[in-house]
Amino acid sequence: MSKESFKVKVGLAEMLKGGVIMDVTNVEQAKIAEDAGAVSVMALERIPSDIRKDGGVARMSNPHMIKEIQENVSIPVMAKCRIGHFAEAQILEALEVDFIDESEVLTMADEYAHVDKHPFKAPFVCGARNLGEALRRIHEGAALIRTKGEAGSGNIVEAVRHMKMITSQIIELQNADLSLKAEEYRVPVDLVEEVAKNQKLTVPNFAAGGIATPADASLMMQLGAETVFVGSGIFKSEDPSERAHAIVKSVTHYKNAKDVLSASYNLKDAMKGILMSDIAEEEKFSNRGD
Amino acid sequence: MIGVLALQGNFDAHIKVIKKLNLDYRLVNKSKDLDCLDGLVFPGGESTTISKLFKKNDNLIDGIKDFSNYKPILGTCAGIILMSKQANDERVYNFGFLDVIMQRNAYGRQVHSFEGNISVNYLDSSKDTKALFIRAPKIKEIGKDVEVFATYKNEVIGVKQGMHVGVTCHPELLNETLIHSICFNKK
Repeated sequence: MSKESFKVKVGLAEMLKGGVIMDVTNVEQAKIAEDAGAVSVMALERIPSDIRKDGGVARMSNPHMIKEIQENVSIPVMAKCRIGHFAEAQILEALEVDFIDESEVLTMADEYAHVDKHPFKAPFVCGARNLGEALRRIHEGAALIRTKGEAGSGNIVEAVRHMKMITSQIIELQNADLSLKAEEYRVPVDLVEEVAKNQKLTVPNFAAGGIATPADASLMMQLGAETVFVGSGIFKSEDPSERAHAIVKSVTHYKNAKDVLSASYNLKDAMKGILMSDIAEEEKFSNRGD
Repeated sequence: MIGVLALQGNFDAHIKVIKKLNLDYRLVNKSKDLDCLDGLVFPGGESTTISKLFKKNDNLIDGIKDFSNYKPILGTCAGIILMSKQANDERVYNFGFLDVIMQRNAYGRQVHSFEGNISVNYLDSSKDTKALFIRAPKIKEIGKDVEVFATYKNEVIGVKQGMHVGVTCHPELLNETLIHSICFNKK
């Protein structure tokens, strides 16, 4: 993979900044998302909160369903493959999905290795809980990093933890022995050096996992996210279209509390949400993949 | 000082290029942010999203329309779509600063995005620079008062009308300053 084509992949991530990426399960939801001003949609058969509830093996979505969504909206369409399942990724690339999310929300296909993302023309986004995970994914070829958060929980606590962890570990690099850090993070030292020097990841850094309200979106943007993914938060609420509009507005004007306030008026109930203490460790999506 | 429209999109990369030209910048998402600017950038991003956000902000639209009578505006990718007269898409807002008709995502989806060398016409000579074409649009029709400003493999990918410039690609993502320097008259 040449440097040039990696820049082309990161280029699309750059275009998505300052926006909201919404999980959708059918054409109708995709149109609602586009109409509300989503910068992209994530096409998947079941949103994370239903995957959690239903159990069983969660795989790549049916290509037919993804294609239908591609044909009905003009914004970029993303889709998920299982961690390490490069054949699912190949199918999504052949389908010309705009971004492939190698996602912990689906059941893992390989417990030891993620997809080698360099040979693909389609860009990949991967989740991370900390700087080490983020750097390993970038080294494998990810063009975009998002916090893992805890998908389908409607609880922002894990996304906050992961974003703050990444930020603080980047700051720590200023006074660290970078070759030791590179060893600890299991990545080449030049990658660590670049992050230490620029004090940011080498690819855009978005937030995902648990965002349910305009205030959650504003919080993640203020903590340094450059865009937010909203999964179950929109279509598990009582007023998806209004909530989708409201979250877009709160991301555009996240620094202005009056705008976030006006976006928060007149919304019905958000999704109920789950406490982290009510999810068993082995059932946490965020523990998948390291 | 150059303004960078910051409703949604790749405003960061434009800020980098503006700084590289030793110019000051200001993010613009309200009409009052336009005060005293010497020029404005419409960055790339999703043209439908940026259009939605514009349609909720009539003051900003009116402010930019007025601004366009006096100062140059540069649009890249989604930016040229918004600046065009038409994009054959009701989801998109068109300012009409450039008398061109655009076709969105004309090269296809992201797997068809690419890097290319483009030729820029400037003061009777032609200079080369690099740019990324990300889910890029194409210029389908050009009005008679529009100059061809840039080409890629003999295809028109950039136009100029009066002070205003639009290109279908992203020189700023490769930290290239040529087009910004011409538009904002900074050598």
